[in-house]
Amino acid sequence: MTDFSVLIFSAFALVLLGAAVGVITARNPVHAALFLVLAFFNGAGLWMMLEAEFLSIALVLVYVGAVMVLFLFVVMMLNVDLARLREGFWKHLPLGLGVGLLMVVEMVLVVSSKQFASLGAGMAPAAPGVSNTRELGLLLYTDYVYPFELAAVILLVAIVAAIALTLRRRKDSRYMDPAQQVRVKAADRIRIVAMRAEKDR
Amino acid sequence: MTFATPYLAPVYPEIFLLTALSAILMLDLFISDSKRFLTYAYSQLALLVTAALLVMGASGHALSTFGGMFIDDPMARTLKLVAIVAVSFVMAYSRTYNQSRGLFRGEFYVLLMFALLGIMVMISANHFLVLYLGLELLSLSMCALIALQRDSARASEAAMKYFVLAALASGLLLYGLSMLYGATGSLFMPMVANAIASGAADPAILVFGLVFVVAGLSFKLGVVPFHMWVPDVYEGSPTAVTLFVSTAPKVAAFAFFMRLLVGALGPMVSDWQSMLVIVAVLSMLLGNVTAIAQTNLKRMLAYSTISHMGFLLLGILSGSLAGYASAMFYMVAYVMMSLGAFGLILMLSRDGFEADQLEDLKGLNKRSPWYAFMMLLVMISMAGIPVSVGFFAKLSVLSAVLDAGMTWLVVFAVMMSLIGAFYYLRVIKLMYMDEPVEESPLVAETDHRVLIGLNALAILVLGIVPQPLIDLCMASIGQSLRG
Repeated sequence: MTDFSVLIFSAFALVLLGAAVGVITARNPVHAALFLVLAFFNGAGLWMMLEAEFLSIALVLVYVGAVMVLFLFVVMMLNVDLARLREGFWKHLPLGLGVGLLMVVEMVLVVSSKQFASLGAGMAPAAPGVSNTRELGLLLYTDYVYPFELAAVILLVAIVAAIALTLRRRKDSRYMDPAQQVRVKAADRIRIVAMRAEKDR
Repeated sequence: MTFATPYLAPVYPEIFLLTALSAILMLDLFISDSKRFLTYAYSQLALLVTAALLVMGASGHALSTFGGMFIDDPMARTLKLVAIVAVSFVMAYSRTYNQSRGLFRGEFYVLLMFALLGIMVMISANHFLVLYLGLELLSLSMCALIALQRDSARASEAAMKYFVLAALASGLLLYGLSMLYGATGSLFMPMVANAIASGAADPAILVFGLVFVVAGLSFKLGVVPFHMWVPDVYEGSPTAVTLFVSTAPKVAAFAFFMRLLVGALGPMVSDWQSMLVIVAVLSMLLGNVTAIAQTNLKRMLAYSTISHMGFLLLGILSGSLAGYASAMFYMVAYVMMSLGAFGLILMLSRDGFEADQLEDLKGLNKRSPWYAFMMLLVMISMAGIPVSVGFFAKLSVLSAVLDAGMTWLVVFAVMMSLIGAFYYLRVIKLMYMDEPVEESPLVAETDHRVLIGLNALAILVLGIVPQPLIDLCMASIGQSLRG
């Protein structure tokens, strides 16, 4: 790794960490969501440095472009009760810190182990001009076309199920049916009652 | 670059089913509520054509396509046919029940067919990824079906439980599969089997993965100690969905065991045999003993399912071709009995009334001798009393276990089915010897009377001459494994 790439890596990593801290400390949920966007963006930068350009672009397009925008809308439209969300932050902090520390220790142990060190050693660097987007696409649409289509069917099930479970006409909402409106006849609207004429006294 | 079109002939049934269900999904939008019967008729037609394509495509030997991810062997064809017939019966039995409960909607039929597609994909899977995708297709459709009656709190609760536990089981299964992949370096089942047989794979990692795989599989089959979802889902879902959950997915679970444990992990038979012994013993014990205490008929049948699945495992764990064939026979017999039992509950229910308590069966003979006799046959078969298919199912499974040299297990299983006979016979006593509580007359549709008659006739006839079905199972298994 050259000095220059170390510099870029440090920049991405530091901003990523800062943004991640920002997500959980920002008081305003919209700010928190924007920090998450920043974190994703820097993560994508790290992937780009690893020459995983497909994952990197997919992260920006799918997560930053679609999921987070949707998330922002939800945050803005739902009236989130901030005071209730923050309740118990200090109470749960020790447990959270403990779990976090444990994860850091475990990750250090795994990464510094012998098996991990030998993982990347045997791998030849990718030949110049190999695009992993193209390779992934080739595999996905040839060898893995059957699982790929099955995944598409599962998405279709998800759409059908989501609509079947949530779409229903509310009983208390008032609506009008223009087709019925134009078909109305005078007889439906007024009722003519036969009454004896009464004389004024 | 070139793209070779895969050989599609073995996949025609699946392709047709997917196309037809998408067409029905669209058509249903243009059908008014009063003509909803058309959706039902089209769905039955789609199943019929799928079955016809399946039977016409039968070639007697194994074909594979999509680079070996899809396998079409005699076992797959037999199991698919059983699953299609089961789903067709589910649709027919549940017609009037659905009409009176607002479930007579296009989504019900479309989701049923999606689930069937998932089952067929699983049955033909020869690759871990495909197997998992088929499983998710089935689980998600099933989850939506359970929750379809969304104003019912109990159905929502059942769907939630199923969803969370199914996700957990999928996680366990995937973790196990990733271990197997790490140890053998392949996701193709035959290659995994070869790698294990050659002894190149690390046995510690393999056994570690195997434990998780068996746990995931046990959940899908609903056996102890992964049975918690079964009673709640059976009781909470609309009976039409319970009927489905208790039949066709069991075919998929059997295929799942055969493909994964026997197909891919066959060389490790001594390892998974002992695990399955524990699971089977616990299932038969807990299922039969707990079923006695139930007052709800659907819940009682749920516990009885757990014990039946324990019996099914006995056939698989005997580890011989005859054992696998007997497990397949048991599975087919169970599907028939379960269709009959839940089908009758559906027919005894009416608008606003669920006949799902044991009380509701009291004096059924006085109200409808025909239905009472049908229920009698189903219960006799479930208890494993001779002159019913259930007897031969139990007999063939037990003889396979005996051949495997586990005499104590046979004795235990017989004792457990004696305990089980109590609650099946109690149902018969309620129907024939008690006075009816409910006096309202039963309305019976002609097609229901005929179909349930056929169903019970199959139970009876196969109880007298079981040989054709046994031969079919033997042939399917024999030609598919080491064929």
